[in-house]
Amino acid sequence: MTEARTRGPLPRTRRQIYEDRLRRRSLLIAGGSTALVFGALFLLIPLAPGWEKVQRVFFNGEVFARTLPGLLEAFVLDVAIFAWSVPMIAVLGLLVALARDVSNPALYPLRIFATVFTDVFRGVPVVLTVYLIGFGIPGLGLPRPWNSPYIWGTVALVLTYSAYVAEIFRSGIESVHASQRAAAQSLGLRDKDVMRYVILPQAIRRVVPAQMNMLIALQKDVALLSFIGPVEIFRQAGVYKSLMANFTPYVGAALIFLAVTVPATRYADYLLAKQRRQRS
Amino acid sequence: MTKLRLDGVVKRFGANTVCDGIDLEVEAGQMVCLIGASGAGKSTLLRCINLLEPIEEGAIWLDGEDISIPGLDPQPVRTRIGMVFQSFNLFPHMTAAENVMLAPRRVHGQSRDELMPKVEELFRRFGLGDRLHHYPDQLSGGQQQRVAIVRALAMRPEVMLFDEVTSALDPQLVGEVLDVLRVLKEEGMTMVLATHEMGFAREAADKVCFLKDGRIVEEGPPSQIFGAPEREETRAFLARTLK
Repeated sequence: MTEARTRGPLPRTRRQIYEDRLRRRSLLIAGGSTALVFGALFLLIPLAPGWEKVQRVFFNGEVFARTLPGLLEAFVLDVAIFAWSVPMIAVLGLLVALARDVSNPALYPLRIFATVFTDVFRGVPVVLTVYLIGFGIPGLGLPRPWNSPYIWGTVALVLTYSAYVAEIFRSGIESVHASQRAAAQSLGLRDKDVMRYVILPQAIRRVVPAQMNMLIALQKDVALLSFIGPVEIFRQAGVYKSLMANFTPYVGAALIFLAVTVPATRYADYLLAKQRRQRS
Repeated sequence: MTKLRLDGVVKRFGANTVCDGIDLEVEAGQMVCLIGASGAGKSTLLRCINLLEPIEEGAIWLDGEDISIPGLDPQPVRTRIGMVFQSFNLFPHMTAAENVMLAPRRVHGQSRDELMPKVEELFRRFGLGDRLHHYPDQLSGGQQQRVAIVRALAMRPEVMLFDEVTSALDPQLVGEVLDVLRVLKEEGMTMVLATHEMGFAREAADKVCFLKDGRIVEEGPPSQIFGAPEREETRAFLARTLK
């Protein structure tokens, strides 16, 4: 043991030797405990009385292979709804955030509207908003294409997420220090220019990681539109489930969601960590 | 000619009276230094002059024009009065040159191309020649503060206010900022400074005002204030500060 420690290119300090020993020790413990827990799971779960049935119904390789292409095809609709919702949410969210801080008395109704808007759409469960708007508005008997659940389902998502996104923008705006506003005002800039050129660019940069998390949540919530009609991945999985009397398509759908959301979450975490490093 | 006049300016924050009836006259081209302990009201007074804080009582006159009328649009006044802050307050998302050009572009509608030669000239003059396209966090404190001064100068103000502009700097960087103030004084800029740099006030100021508890206790030429202060409070403050 002592020989191995001194064999390095440079004589190692006492502290390095100590820290190496610590590191080896914690690696060993981490490896051991992980192996133990996962090993137990792998051994014990199949011992459960219903395991064979669960395996057949939820983890059926044959069903998985047959339904995956169809699920992926349906997922394209999820991505499309997501893609056209995002710009609308960004614009509406920003407008609502700005409207909540207008000082012009003539625009006071706008301020009330923005406050009520965020309260209502943050307060009602998304699935309820989707139902109410997605069924309610087409129920007015509008002409095609304005009776489409695609449109009104998307509108429900846009309204809900704009409320959250607006609050995040607002927290960003409030996080910019008052001295920045004072400096901009002292230069003779008008309030709207202070906001547009000094406050907003800093605020938006700060909330990018938080907004990334909203995007990830939105990507998942697109599946809620399945309740009102559009055949997106969740509904498609339901169709397969009924056809084959097997739940594996749901597992497939979950895996497809994970394939998108896990990298996105990691990226958001990376952005957050980068931001924290820059500020410290 | 009186450039700036304050008549009995009172500023309160709630029940706390920060400026308690301040009278002050600043002649064109003069450098006036406000000295006094922290919390004496120096910074607040400067913020009032720039209309960043509304005043409760009294009046502020710029070129014989009352700029403290309640409801007056502060924006045109602010373009005539430049202000530099203790903590620089550069816009961190813009380069030094963009910081300087923002207000002339948005307020005076000048173009980038027409401004750039002037900005380059200002940067050269204040020893910032190659720092045009650096972001604030790539500059030293002294450079940031000089960019902030250039930013205020770019609006061609008639009066400049300096709020403890060297207090946040390392001692070896203070000199480069004070040099800029000397240059401005030579060029005839009207300036009001809140400062803790007694040596600089003594050497460069035309008039020194000692503030305590929101009042000007004593004012006069630096030779009087630093050489033969008449008031006991002034003597006590200077004895503490110059020790």
